[in-house]
Amino acid sequence: MSTGDYSDEVPVYAPPPEGHVSHSRLERVLRAGRFAVTAELNPPDSADPSDVFEAAQPLGEVADAINATDASGANCHMSSIGISALLTRAGYSTVYQISCRDRNRIAIQGDVLGAAAMGVSNVLCLTGDGVGVGDQPGAKPVFDFDSLTLLRTIRTMRDQGMFLSGRKITRPPQMFLGAAENPCIPPHDWRPERLAKKVEAGAEFIQTNYIYDIPLFEKFMARVRDMGLDKKVYILAGVGPLASAKAARWMRSNVPGIHVPDALIERMEKAEKPGAEGKKICIELIQQIREIKGVAGVHVMAYRREHQVSEIILESGVLEGRQPRRRSERR
Amino acid sequence: MYRIRLFAIRHSGVFEWIYQRVEGVMVALDPVFAKIGYNRVERPIALLEQGVKSVLFDCKMCGQCALSSTGMSCPMNCPKELRNGPCGGVRPGNYCEVKPWMKCVWAAAWDGSTRMKGGQKIREVLPPVDRSLKGSSSWLRVSREKAAKLREAREAARTAVAEAFPEARAIEPAVAPLAEEPASAVNREVLKK
Repeated sequence: MSTGDYSDEVPVYAPPPEGHVSHSRLERVLRAGRFAVTAELNPPDSADPSDVFEAAQPLGEVADAINATDASGANCHMSSIGISALLTRAGYSTVYQISCRDRNRIAIQGDVLGAAAMGVSNVLCLTGDGVGVGDQPGAKPVFDFDSLTLLRTIRTMRDQGMFLSGRKITRPPQMFLGAAENPCIPPHDWRPERLAKKVEAGAEFIQTNYIYDIPLFEKFMARVRDMGLDKKVYILAGVGPLASAKAARWMRSNVPGIHVPDALIERMEKAEKPGAEGKKICIELIQQIREIKGVAGVHVMAYRREHQVSEIILESGVLEGRQPRRRSERR
Repeated sequence: MYRIRLFAIRHSGVFEWIYQRVEGVMVALDPVFAKIGYNRVERPIALLEQGVKSVLFDCKMCGQCALSSTGMSCPMNCPKELRNGPCGGVRPGNYCEVKPWMKCVWAAAWDGSTRMKGGQKIREVLPPVDRSLKGSSSWLRVSREKAAKLREAREAARTAVAEAFPEARAIEPAVAPLAEEPASAVNREVLKK
C-alpha cells in the first residue's frame, strides 16, 4: 500500500445521486433496503499510517463503512478525522465520529468542512464520555454542543449552506448524518423519545451501543415502530464479541453505558473456550437482531477482537452473499 | 440544595404555574422597566433571579433558562451541560455517569415534564447555549420580548382597524386611533392573560 505519495490531483465531487444526501456507500446500501454492516476500528497510538491500514484490513471486506472512534472512553488515540481521511483516500468508506467532549463549535464546524473536503461522507454525532473515565482525567471537558445541537448544526451547514453564525459556506459538506442511541440503558422509557428528538435534529442513521439484552431491545424497537421512527431513520444495532466473563464484568462496571445481562456472563463463565463462545454469542445476537422489524443493519464493535469480525459477519449470513469490497467513493 | 432541586422537580407542575405568574407580572412591569431603563434594572433583577433560582433549582445563571421545557430540572447541572439529554451513560437506577452519587438531571427532566401542562415542550430540540449571556437575567429577557410582541400585536390590530375605516378616521380620529396609548392601557390587557 502506498501511503507516502498522495497525488497532487485535486478531487472533484459531483452532486450526490438522486434522492441521496451524500456519496456515502453506507447511505446507498441502506436506501436500497439492504441489511448494512458497519464496524468499529481500534485507533492506533501511533503516527504511522500503515497502522491504520493494518487495523482497517480485516474490517473492510465485510463492512459497508468503518467507524473511526473519536477518543472513545476519553482515551487519547489517533484522531478520527485523521483516520477517516487516510482510509477514505485509500478507497474505504468511513464514518467520522465527532464527540462533543473535546472541541467547541468553532473547531467542530471547521473539522466538518475539512473532513468533507477529504471525501469523508458519513459523520456520527456523539456527546462523548466524561473525561473522568479516560487516561487523562485532568483534561477540561468542553461539551459546547450536545449530540443533538451538533446534528442540527451539520444539517444546517449541509442543507442551508451556512455556519451557525449565518455566514455562507460556498461549498456545503455533503454528509450522511448519524447519531448514537443506547436502548438498554436507563431511563428506558425515555430512550425512544430521545431518538425521536435526534431524528428531529437531523439524524439519518443510528448506530446503537452494545445490545446484549434482546428482550430489552425488542421492547425499545416496539415503541420505535409505534412512533413510526423506523420509517424515518436507519437503525443499526450495536454488537460485539465478549472476550471472557471477566472482561464482560470489567466492561460493565468501567465503561459507561454498557449493559450485559448476568445470564450471558454466566454462559461465558461456563464455556471451555470463552473466546469461541463470545464469538458464538455474537453471531446468535446478530441473527436475533436481524429478525426484529425496523432494524436496518448491525454495527460491530469488536474491541481488540477485530480478527473475529469477518468470520462473525460471514457466519451470521447477514450479507446474503454481498461483498462490500473497498472501492473508491470519489467520482 | 440537591434535595430542594429534587423537590422542585417532583412538584414541577406547581413551579410551572408559579413561574407563569411571575412572568405575567414581569411583562406587566415592562413600562416601569422601560422608564427606569432595562440596563439599570438588569443587575438587581438578575441578582433576585439568581437568589430564587439557585435555592430552588441549583441555577447556574446561564442566562438562557429552559426550565419550563426541561421538567423544572436545570440542564446546566448536567456535568456535560447537555441541552438535550440524557446521554448514553446513565447508570442503573438513573444515576449520573460522571457524578455517580447524583440522579441524572435529564432522567429527572423527562419525569418532571410529565407533571407539567407544557410537558410536551421537552420534545423540542434546544439550541446550543450562547455562553456570552452567562450571568444575565432570563426573566428580564423573556418578559421584555413578550411585552414587545404584545405591543406589536396591539399596534397591528389598531392599524388594521384604521385602514379598514379610512373615512371614519378622517372625520373622527378617535374612533380608529393610531396615536400611542399610555402604557397602563396595554398593561390591563396583559394582566388579564
